[in-house]
Amino acid sequence: MERMTQSGPVVRQPYGVAPPGGREPANLGDILERVLDRGVVIAGDIRVNLLDIELLTIKLRLLIASVDTARELGIDWWEHDPWLSGRDRELVEENRRLRRRLAAVEGPADLDIGHREAGHRDV
Amino acid sequence: MSDSGTYLYAVASESVPVDVPGVAGTPVRTLTRGALVAYVSTVPLAEFGEEPLRHSLEDLDWLAETARAHHRVVEEAARVPVAPVRLVTVYADDDQVHELLDRRGEEFLAVLFHVTGRREWGVKAYAGQAAGPAATPVNGGDPGRPGTSYLSRRRESLRGREQARRLAVTRAEHIHASLSRLAVASRRHRAQDPRLSGHDEWMLLNGAYLVDVGRDEEFAALVGSLGGDGVDVRLTGPWAPYSFTVLEPG
Repeated sequence: MERMTQSGPVVRQPYGVAPPGGREPANLGDILERVLDRGVVIAGDIRVNLLDIELLTIKLRLLIASVDTARELGIDWWEHDPWLSGRDRELVEENRRLRRRLAAVEGPADLDIGHREAGHRDV
Repeated sequence: MSDSGTYLYAVASESVPVDVPGVAGTPVRTLTRGALVAYVSTVPLAEFGEEPLRHSLEDLDWLAETARAHHRVVEEAARVPVAPVRLVTVYADDDQVHELLDRRGEEFLAVLFHVTGRREWGVKAYAGQAAGPAATPVNGGDPGRPGTSYLSRRRESLRGREQARRLAVTRAEHIHASLSRLAVASRRHRAQDPRLSGHDEWMLLNGAYLVDVGRDEEFAALVGSLGGDGVDVRLTGPWAPYSFTVLEPG
């Protein structure tokens, strides 16, 4: 199989095929949505970085979601996205997810966690 | 705690040389366990730990560069069947990756078997401006009754646009159904924002299709035949099977 071998921050046609009519090269959006929102997720296996990955998963989902959100709101994608610049809101989301995870790990007996989560639900 | 981690790109059942740099310019190496191979890099936790990532993931330049590096490695590895792993999956050390391959080996093998001899193609369909959120015309009409004229034009415009939208949605469903019949598996993904897609037109369809290698040309021809009448159908790929290597979390 023929492949181009140059490296660098360019998107290559993986099989060195010249794009015929109607074929477009992979753009950053195509790559981002694949590497961020698809592929194997094995977060649960990651021991040392469990918290990191939980946070990242939320954040990455938000990055993807914000594409739609930003469009609907007619605001500048990325830089002014309320999910990303609204630090408080983001932390609430992170908290919620982590608490849910914790509750799942520790069992439903941990009422304190459930209670606090409920308190933040409408923020 | 160590100051470095093991970044995982992809899992395969066969090792091929990867000659491109990985994320943050790190060299890519392989870890073998049983029938499986993991493509990994040693990364500094100063860049790939929780706190640094929290900031850098909001930096589009960093994210773009990292995503491209990750993707390049996956593409290199994808000369043979491969299961790409989500961006920034960082383990404490190589042992944890070995353990992962031990524990979930069967599932990885099943996923790899599913994509063997098949490739992922992306198909996007765009509608012309008429079907999208087009601007309302502001000139013309009855100069004596600008308000009524405006409202009437506005109503016509909305009605026309709504009709165009319905037609476009039906069209997208038809395109997806036609492609799905030829593919082994298919997924419809969320439409991309114009700023990501680089197209101003309304994206009707953002699909991924897993196609037997022998039917690539047939698939491309079908894609080509589904466009027209104001709908632009675009093919990307072949991709590593990002959309078809789902492993249940656990």
